[in-house]
Amino acid sequence: MRTSFGERMLDLIVSGFLWGIRILIVSVIVIGTIGTLRTGQYTSEQWIDFVVFGVAQGSIYALIALGYTMVYGILRMINFAHGDIFMTGAFGAYFIATWLTNTGFVDANPVLGLLIPILFAMGIAAAIAMLVERIAYRPLRGAPRLVPLISAIGASFFLEYAFRGFFGPGKYAYPPIKALEGSWEIFGIGILKVQIVVTIAAFIMMAILYFIVMFTKVGKAMRAVSENKDTAALMGIDVNRIIVSTFALGAAMAGAAGVLFSLVYRQIDFFMGFTPGIKAFTAAVLGGIGNIPGAMVGGLVLGVFESIGPSLFLEGLGITRPYQLKDAIAYTMLVMILLFRPSGILGERLTTKKA
Amino acid sequence: MKKENFLWNSIKTGMLGGSIALFICLIGMTEVFSKRDVIEKVITLGQFVLLATSVMTGLIASRQTSQLVGENRSLHRLTAGLVAGLMTGVVLALFVLAGDKVNIRAVFLNATPGLYNILTFEKGVSGVWVLPVISAVSGLIGAAFLLLPQAAQKPLTQATLFLFFMALFSGLFRVVLINQGTNWEKIAKYLYGQTGVTSEGALIFFFAVVIISVLWSWRGQSVKTSVAHLPKGGKLTLRLLAFAAIGYVALGLPQVSGPFIAQVIVTVALFILMGLGLNITLGFAGLLDLGFVAFYAIGAYTVGLLTSYGPFGLQHISFWAAVPIAVLVAMAAGFVLGLPVLGVRGDYLAIATLGFGEIVRLLAGSDFLAKYFGGPQGVIGIQKPCLGVLEPFVKIDVPRVCNGIELGKPQDIYYVAVAAALLIAFVAWRLRESRLGRAWMAIREDEDVAEALGVNLIQTKLLAYMLGAAMAGLGGAIFATLIGSIFASSMQLIVSINVVSLIIVGGMGSIPGVIVGAIALIGLPELLREVSEFRYLLYGMTLIIMMLSKPEGLWPSQAAKRELHHVEASTEAEL
Amino acid sequence: MSKRLFAVLSVLVLASMLFAACAPKATEAPVPATEAPEATEAPEATEAPAMYECTDPLGCVKIASDEPLHIAYWGVLSGADGSLGEDSKRGVEIAIDDKGGKLLGHDILLTTEDALCTPEGGATAASKLATDTSIVALVGSSCSDETVGGVATLTNAGLTTVSPSNTRPSLSAPDRGPDYDGYLRTAHSDAFQGKAVAEFAYNFLGVRKAATIHDGSAYAQALQQVFADNFVALGGEIVAQEAVAKDATDMKPVLTTIASKGPEFLYYPVFVAVGGYITAQVRDVAGLEEVKLAGSDGIFTADFLKASGPNVKGVYLSSPDFSAFTGDYAGFITKHQAKYGGSTLSTFHAHAYDAANIIFAAIEKVAVVEADGTIYIPRTALREAIYATVDFAGITGNLSCSASGDCGAPVIAMYEVMNDDPASWNPADAANPNPKKVWP
Repeated sequence: MRTSFGERMLDLIVSGFLWGIRILIVSVIVIGTIGTLRTGQYTSEQWIDFVVFGVAQGSIYALIALGYTMVYGILRMINFAHGDIFMTGAFGAYFIATWLTNTGFVDANPVLGLLIPILFAMGIAAAIAMLVERIAYRPLRGAPRLVPLISAIGASFFLEYAFRGFFGPGKYAYPPIKALEGSWEIFGIGILKVQIVVTIAAFIMMAILYFIVMFTKVGKAMRAVSENKDTAALMGIDVNRIIVSTFALGAAMAGAAGVLFSLVYRQIDFFMGFTPGIKAFTAAVLGGIGNIPGAMVGGLVLGVFESIGPSLFLEGLGITRPYQLKDAIAYTMLVMILLFRPSGILGERLTTKKA
Repeated sequence: MKKENFLWNSIKTGMLGGSIALFICLIGMTEVFSKRDVIEKVITLGQFVLLATSVMTGLIASRQTSQLVGENRSLHRLTAGLVAGLMTGVVLALFVLAGDKVNIRAVFLNATPGLYNILTFEKGVSGVWVLPVISAVSGLIGAAFLLLPQAAQKPLTQATLFLFFMALFSGLFRVVLINQGTNWEKIAKYLYGQTGVTSEGALIFFFAVVIISVLWSWRGQSVKTSVAHLPKGGKLTLRLLAFAAIGYVALGLPQVSGPFIAQVIVTVALFILMGLGLNITLGFAGLLDLGFVAFYAIGAYTVGLLTSYGPFGLQHISFWAAVPIAVLVAMAAGFVLGLPVLGVRGDYLAIATLGFGEIVRLLAGSDFLAKYFGGPQGVIGIQKPCLGVLEPFVKIDVPRVCNGIELGKPQDIYYVAVAAALLIAFVAWRLRESRLGRAWMAIREDEDVAEALGVNLIQTKLLAYMLGAAMAGLGGAIFATLIGSIFASSMQLIVSINVVSLIIVGGMGSIPGVIVGAIALIGLPELLREVSEFRYLLYGMTLIIMMLSKPEGLWPSQAAKRELHHVEASTEAEL
Repeated sequence: MSKRLFAVLSVLVLASMLFAACAPKATEAPVPATEAPEATEAPEATEAPAMYECTDPLGCVKIASDEPLHIAYWGVLSGADGSLGEDSKRGVEIAIDDKGGKLLGHDILLTTEDALCTPEGGATAASKLATDTSIVALVGSSCSDETVGGVATLTNAGLTTVSPSNTRPSLSAPDRGPDYDGYLRTAHSDAFQGKAVAEFAYNFLGVRKAATIHDGSAYAQALQQVFADNFVALGGEIVAQEAVAKDATDMKPVLTTIASKGPEFLYYPVFVAVGGYITAQVRDVAGLEEVKLAGSDGIFTADFLKASGPNVKGVYLSSPDFSAFTGDYAGFITKHQAKYGGSTLSTFHAHAYDAANIIFAAIEKVAVVEADGTIYIPRTALREAIYATVDFAGITGNLSCSASGDCGAPVIAMYEVMNDDPASWNPADAANPNPKKVWP
């Protein structure tokens, strides 16, 4: 290849610049951390609190991220409407949960009172996701990659504003479950019951999903389809059916996440899926998109960094009101991952073939 | 197809239509639209939408019987339409009956007494039968429409659509006409009421369109041929005349129309600028950028900080001097963003740029940097452009006095914005035809092959980012002076999404496509402010329908057309 | 290619052709290419009348005997903050009803325009209203951002607007500039509100260490700063001033940071979403179980109770003092109940009622009535008459407008939420108010 002097200089500038950014980000983090720790403002219990809050938030991100990553793995498409599927689940569960709470059922059977809304939310989310896939995505299979992306953006708006039309722009308070109020002592540290339950529930869901994908027939078929659709079809796999079940499974996870989110944050509205959706996609990329354990790890890492980051990295640098920049931490992390390890934490290196 | 089958089919279609009608009711559209008229005192917009649903259902059901053969074909088609329309009405009637027994409003906020009143024509539950009857008749009309000869269908459709269009924009037309003087005021008040067209106006519009349409189908072809057979000079004169007319209208428009239309056109022009910029990075070079608003923000903030007389103004230089600086700063930002994401491909690029856009917005609005960018209080007091012979390029005096014509009103900024959009469209067009443009397209098609052919990837991609960013920065600069203040909250992700959508809807890589896309996705919703409650719902629907029916865009570039058909030929080749 | 490009440009102006065709001189035969389009200036909107000669520098509105008197309301009517604007709009509608729907023998026509609570939305709404030359005056906007975006257009069009709910201090600052000549407000400036909350916290609750949170909106950021400055001036200590993003949901980390500073009082003058999240989560954070909570008029709505859940009981909210209203507020509430059913949606309905009435009084003062019922309203005179309002007996107090546009009677009270059921929201209820006034 012909390379002139100018081009080599440009290459040099580019790589120098990249290294500059890497060094800058790392040193900012290190200096900030040292600065915060030296002031000794937080007790170790408060640090643990930060981590616990982060894990609860992160496990919800992880559940949503699973849907992104599965659909991406199989169709190479960003399902932009996935965050709104999460919202539909939360709304579905809200009405059931309110009804069950008002009849006193939840107080009598807290476990069922938690499970029924979750199952209901999973069902609603899966049904809506299948509908969206049928109407807005399936006819576009094989179109240039931006076409389904725009269709997904359209589906996202449609879902948000249809729900807004149904239920109004106001906020709904998710009914609290009495049995989940207060906190448990674990190793001498009080941790909110709801955080523990939500985290455990999320991990159970992820385990179930992992089992389905790795060990059942449908799961094997999914993996086959994501490797190569044509070959999978030749092996007698009904590709359409597998794609639909991928959407349904991912949506069910998002629906469950919707309920868990409502339990922790107790407030739902039509726009609640937008930001978590983008965060979850970030988590999926962090973990290595297309990779199921990667989505889980990415979600947890993102949640913990968001929770702990403002006080740990930014406060030490003397930045005022660091929580305003919480999202900036998430996105900086993303850029950092893309700089250091473009394939994500657990992702395999992408071949040069366009992702 | 058997007879029972076709009846069952119509019932199914009718129920689907009914579900759609119910959806329209439950999202609150019917009630909101009932406050607007299509024809004053005759039919409200809400009723029109419901009836249109019934008519369409009848039409579709009737079309589904097209395989039927035999003597009773017309009868079958009419029956199908009638049944489907009836079912649509029945679904709504069932909803009303259910709402009478249980409180649907506990879940669906819009199941209000007002809605029931509309659906029962204010007769209460006893009036529940009216809607199915009207609906069935509408279905029948839909079916009967199909039986009409083609020559009759077209003018009728056109006339109905035109009437609908006139009714939607009646408020706008009315006000603009009234502003033209007493005689026009009389005409306006004859044709338009406060919320829709008058009955007389409706008749005039309808028959005018029917007559024109019939005349055109009768003589249109010969007019076209005679134009085509004109000698070369004649064609040129015709074209010059057309340009002159367009220029004349474009120059005079804001003076006649008043500030609102000018404001909307400026907004469209700003999105055209951003769209042309992104068209370079995405349309030409194939680099998806979901954080394009960052460059817009950088352009706006640069002009704001350089020209503002508010607390954050730095230099108080004139708008004309600040704009080139803003463009350069945006270009530099494109360079800085471009460098780290150069190696990033595909969807990683989308999410990385999205992150960049969000970081810019968060930092601009943060308390941390509030002493430079105003934080939540924004940058206010941005000066308006001043046209004057003696206007010095840089001014220090506070407060500044404009010695020439101050371009303060939206009608004045209109000229700046439209001129900028035209200039940039020309630049983009020349760029595309240049060597650089071909290099971009080579990268879009296949990076590796392009590199092997001697295209310097780094340089070419960086240039795409920088030029795209520069155009968005210019848009931001005009935005700052239009609104007179900038807030970080204006720089949301939705702006980036709008820009990507308008490019795709217009036709990727196509310069006229950007203009058409901006008019369709930005201009129309701005004009239809009354339905702003449903703006994004309709927007989402439009995006999906566009992608399903015309994925190459409204005005595709030649290359995209070819590519798309090629892809369709070898399905799933992309995957 | 160029052919298509230019064809597109023709599409751009195709719709506008119609308007151009309506311009008196544009109806001539197609102009030659070289002719400069000088024939485009619009004719005067208001024809000089035979009897009354309009000498007003901003022109006059002429209302023929059979035409309505046109006023407009602009503010946020959709979206998350829609209840704020809807509430004020109802105030205007009741004011019109109280006039019997008529002023000077003409029906009052009210046009509403949604300004979306953003500067761009305000700019577009204002330009749309400025296009309609039959509009006499306006009530609005709801959000201060809308005013910042739209006020210049309205002022330049010779219109005057009175806002019922803008509270940003800078909008009526003496140095606000000529763009604001057409802008007044009946709402209080946040300079009063923040001060009142500080006094309440320091004197009534007796707290000495306070923390604040804002959501990055201009309203919240300014208000908490006013509070902080006043609290410090009284002798208290601000231990933390934090901020979160508008779309943040997880407040526990920021609350933990605040808890580490040990405040006794937490002030978060935010909007419903963030306010709800903070209220719902604050008691879960170790160290904040007993902290006293306070918000401001941004969350003085039943929606806040809906969003917060049971923890909302005991939260203090600042708002204009309804009991200090000198006018017939109870009568207003009765009319509201009869017309719309249910209680008021937000805080500023009475201010909107007063704003509309100030405008009506000014119109009655300056309008020139002809024998046939035609009236002329000179715009400058109307604007001056509104500024000249003195001791106007409104619901919210005796109102006098200052030269910088402040017409409000700023009496702020603190209310305490007594019940977490949104349906029980009724601060004006005599027997069982929720929230209940606790100070002063």
